[in-house]
Amino acid sequence: MLLLALDTATPAVTVALHDGRDVVASFRQVDARRHGELLLPAVDRVLSDAGVKLDAVTGIVVGIGPGPYTGLRVGLMTADTFGLALGIPVHGVCTLDGLAHEADVEGPFVVATDARRKEVYWATYSDPRTRVSEPAVDRPADIAEQVEGLPAVGAGALLYPDIFPDAREPEHVSAAALAALAAERIEAGQDLPAPRPLYLRRPDAQVPKNYKVVTPK
Amino acid sequence: MADEPLVLGIETSCDETGVGIVRGTTLLADAIASSVDEHARFGGVVPEVASRAHLEAMVPTVERALKEAGVSAKDLDGIAVTAGPGLAGALLVGVSAAKAYAYALGKPLYGVNHLASHICVDQLEHGALPEPTMALLVSGGHSSLLLSSDITSDVRPMGATIDDAAGEAFDKIARVLNLGFPGGPVIDRYAREGDPSAIAFPRGLTGPRDPAYDFSFSGLKTAVARWIEAKRAAGEEVPVRDVAASFQEAVVDVLTRKAVRACKDEGVDHLMIGGGVAANSRLRALAQERCEAAGIRLRVPRPKLCTDNGAMVAALGAEMVARGRPASSWDLSADSSLPVTDPHVPGHDHVHEVSKENLYS
Ligand SMILES: [Zn+2]
Repeated sequence: MLLLALDTATPAVTVALHDGRDVVASFRQVDARRHGELLLPAVDRVLSDAGVKLDAVTGIVVGIGPGPYTGLRVGLMTADTFGLALGIPVHGVCTLDGLAHEADVEGPFVVATDARRKEVYWATYSDPRTRVSEPAVDRPADIAEQVEGLPAVGAGALLYPDIFPDAREPEHVSAAALAALAAERIEAGQDLPAPRPLYLRRPDAQVPKNYKVVTPK
Repeated sequence: MADEPLVLGIETSCDETGVGIVRGTTLLADAIASSVDEHARFGGVVPEVASRAHLEAMVPTVERALKEAGVSAKDLDGIAVTAGPGLAGALLVGVSAAKAYAYALGKPLYGVNHLASHICVDQLEHGALPEPTMALLVSGGHSSLLLSSDITSDVRPMGATIDDAAGEAFDKIARVLNLGFPGGPVIDRYAREGDPSAIAFPRGLTGPRDPAYDFSFSGLKTAVARWIEAKRAAGEEVPVRDVAASFQEAVVDVLTRKAVRACKDEGVDHLMIGGGVAANSRLRALAQERCEAAGIRLRVPRPKLCTDNGAMVAALGAEMVARGRPASSWDLSADSSLPVTDPHVPGHDHVHEVSKENLYS
């Protein structure tokens, strides 16, 4: 097994190569506005560091979010296309699960990432491998009761210390954690989700001015 | 001709997911998926809706294009993609796909300009583009007059709309007349039975001191809408066919007059017309008439090639390969306001050479 994992659902552009037991190489750069530019060079660098050709990869692992859409799509479109070009499977992993996997906590905790617009993407876990709620997007104040007393990881937790007083690292997801989690699940014969985005919000119906007009037929 | 470059082109600047494949100037495949119906209730293209649709449609559309062309991806000589201008988020989906595809296949990547692609597509219809060529691009999104001496390296803006796109005016007037959408074809149809000289609608920016090659359709739009309102307010029947014909005449009169004048002023003997409005029958007829009178050869591709599609991107990509233009880098980004003067986005270093080592053994 040789998995190429990537995630662009948080401000980090992160790529890792995992052979089923260990991370072979990984790279991460944090820049929320340049996912599109940074991802391919990051893939190239990880492959170079590992001395591996892309056609040796047996599967792609991609973070399916939730995350800000524009960046999220960069990872998903790249993963989809690698799958098409190489004829290999593409596995989805919830980005929050990747963060949970890396969390150094025992017992129940929360993962929260920054959803912008004063909201967080979040889910609760009973341990680093077990999510117990569906990923959701909410204002921190609105979920205060549900997360009360729980340790929390991720940038969404670190951003709102009033709601998440016990906020911890990691801040952003790493593809290495995502790959390790996917390898475990594949090894255990579990089904991984399809590589489709978790948007969690409906698109804003904003029509740019002076652009193409479309009205019902 | 098997030695001509085989190129796949990806277009996602607006609501069409287009994937085309060409060999040199020969069209092999033109696959399109459109999210146009999803935007209808909003009255215009919603960028986020378009971007989501591009992500879902991309892989199936690439597969369809390859099947249609009967070629194998490994035989491609390059991957071209619209790098701009267009909707930022929508462009980024196409650019991400093109980069991953080129990288995984070990092929050079060419980020190209959407407007230059609209011009270059004519090579698939009428063979090599004459140099220089004057191009009039008219659609719901653009109205510009461009002069190119080499479509891979030199595109000069002569003029553009200072307000609305020509296609937008057609849509607006069709709506005011309750004729439905899209406005271009329906106005065209009604106008055929109307009198183009029935109502003297204004010709924007045609005064002696106005910019010679720029367009304005906002004033015309308002004038036509007011004229219709006045009729209705007076309880009179609106002569839909005459209004359609007179409005259309005002648009195409200005477009063709300025395009032909630009050709004459610059000593250019070829005019190409592209963009969705190029399908308009009166625009084609009047352009033909005026070009003939001025000794200019007119080239207009078939309607399917005039609207946004992947084949036009592939056509320009193939020209980039044929002329040995440098490929783009792996950090190519989508540029929603890519200037028309940049026909493509060449790489800034030797990323491609380094990367080749990581590709197929
Ligand atoms: Zn266009």
